[in-house]
Amino acid sequence: MTEISLVQAVNAALARAMDEDSRVLVLGEDVGIDGGVFRATDGLLQKFGELRVLDTPIAEASIAGVSIGLAAQGLRPVAEIQFTGFAYACVDQIINHASRLRNRTRGRLTCPMVLRAPAGGGIKAIEHHSESPEAMFAHIPGIKVVMPSSPARAYGLLLSAIRDPDPVVFLEPTRLYRAAREDVADDGAGLPLDSCFTLRPGRDLTLVAWGAMIRETLEATEQLAAENVEAEVIDIATLKPLDSATILASVARTGRLVIVHEAPMTCGYGAEIAARVCSGAITSLLAPVERVAGYDTMMPYLRTEAFYMPNAARIVAAARRTMAYA
Amino acid sequence: MLGLEKSVSSTRVLDAEGVVVGIMPEFGLDPAELVRLYRALVLTRTFDTKAVALQRTGRLGTYASSLGQEAVSVGAAAAMEPDDVLVPNFREHGGQLWRGVTLKELFLYWGGDERGNDFAGPRQDFPICVPVGSHAPHAVGVALAFRLRGEKRAAICIIGDGATSKGDVAEALNMAGVWKVPAVFVINNNAWAISVPREKQSAAATLAQKAVAAGIPGEQVDGNDVIAVRAVTEQALARARQGLGPTLIEAVSYRLCDHTTADDASRYRDDAEVSRHWPAEPILRLRNYLTHARHWDRAKEDALLHECSNTVERAANDYLATPPQPLSANFDFVYAAKPSELVEQQKAAVLAEGTA
Repeated sequence: MTEISLVQAVNAALARAMDEDSRVLVLGEDVGIDGGVFRATDGLLQKFGELRVLDTPIAEASIAGVSIGLAAQGLRPVAEIQFTGFAYACVDQIINHASRLRNRTRGRLTCPMVLRAPAGGGIKAIEHHSESPEAMFAHIPGIKVVMPSSPARAYGLLLSAIRDPDPVVFLEPTRLYRAAREDVADDGAGLPLDSCFTLRPGRDLTLVAWGAMIRETLEATEQLAAENVEAEVIDIATLKPLDSATILASVARTGRLVIVHEAPMTCGYGAEIAARVCSGAITSLLAPVERVAGYDTMMPYLRTEAFYMPNAARIVAAARRTMAYA
Repeated sequence: MLGLEKSVSSTRVLDAEGVVVGIMPEFGLDPAELVRLYRALVLTRTFDTKAVALQRTGRLGTYASSLGQEAVSVGAAAAMEPDDVLVPNFREHGGQLWRGVTLKELFLYWGGDERGNDFAGPRQDFPICVPVGSHAPHAVGVALAFRLRGEKRAAICIIGDGATSKGDVAEALNMAGVWKVPAVFVINNNAWAISVPREKQSAAATLAQKAVAAGIPGEQVDGNDVIAVRAVTEQALARARQGLGPTLIEAVSYRLCDHTTADDASRYRDDAEVSRHWPAEPILRLRNYLTHARHWDRAKEDALLHECSNTVERAANDYLATPPQPLSANFDFVYAAKPSELVEQQKAAVLAEGTA
């Protein structure tokens, strides 16, 4: 076991996948000699050569489009989109082609590709580098959407995403790339792409979050514990398909739910979770479902981004309102 | 008349009257091979006529006719090896048929049935691309896969003239050039992108010259001359297989039909313009050539029309007799393994369908 960061875990999973399966290849902007702007592909060129680690011209739509052609031919492309805001250029390819190739050919052609992109704010980046597009991708039938929140989960989920027979959008919380290190065994073990992770058990309240918001959420639970409120924390790392059962079971026990996400509130993924809880656990609810989310504004520039992103104080405040509801 | 330009090389073997005006390629010396191409053009047009008729009588969905452009599609496909991969736009029925897609599959697809894309023949060919030009990068990916595996195969992508305005196409040509992948891009320049004529699509004198900026060869060919289209595509494929990279071919043709059955070209195009282009259409000139060379006569023509008509009618009847898929099939191909939420939706949908 070695203590590694989330971005190193991504790198380890890529190397492992390429090692165990010669069909796996990596392509994207600066993924070769530079090792990726965040170093996620560091060393892969040296290890696997330029046939399997391809620096692309700056053309995001075609990075996705070329991956579709490769995947239809039975290869396992892992495409890197350099920054969140540039992933939107791929959306046409993902919606119109990657997601539906299996369906429109009735299974004759498939698209086992992974589109990796950093996501979320908090690294004082310039414009278009800090968005949280997970709900937009989760709205597309035929793809899977994953957003890990720890090195170990990044490693296991990315391996499973690469091995998955269908297209997976894999969003990596930029803020967590180097925020923490943990022991990750490079044992090639994947994690299921359809199960939530319960990170902390609690009897009083269910907190649901994903990506970088897991840190703030866990931080909030410490303060809540000091107030004698034991909050359960569920990491929805696999946003699509959504493991409703784990959430519903938790809410059935606690009766109270706060959903935390960095993306804007309106039509955020929290709305989907709230809707499922309303139809699947309404009689268990002791209080209205609360959402702590980014505002319905543009993601601010670096000077004020900290005021935009939910923090432990906002989560605690929502949890208190929920607990106080009679 | 066809807009062939001198700034890039252009190839023509037969003129509009069917007179040899260029170098006859080797395959063209075999009358049987020319008859095979002729049959493919006629079969495509017979299918096309039937498809429009079925749509007009409410038995097919919106359909994109290929009237007048059959030689682009058939010529390009005829240059391919069976294990090459075709990545077509939505007007390349002729090429698809040549590749082994069946008439019934085409009817099924245009009749709104996904099973029409489950080709029994060319298993690796892409289905048609409806969003204009966004399939060009797929051909680069397919060709890249061939190169990575060291296979002597190639991908052919057929796009329309309108598609050359798309970023996807510019990106794909550029990437194909950088990586020297074995891909050939064929533009079916039929002069109209729905209502927008070619000269309003691009200020470039030719579409073939879009290759220049990508650093790849670009050339024009008379798209109504199936012999020429096949010949230049064969040369481009040979270069691709030798590792010399991609080629862009602009096949200059003309859309004698509406854009689709949902279009009314009289809103934006004079009938007189269409009439002027009829004498240059691809079937007539090959028939004239074959007739003058004494490889073809009235009896053979009648027999061929009869055979194509019967074949198309049988396929159409087969399509019409095919029941639609059950609603539940829509859930079966979204993922390799159905997530639980989809299982639940499928159950509910089947229940609702049963009670409807």
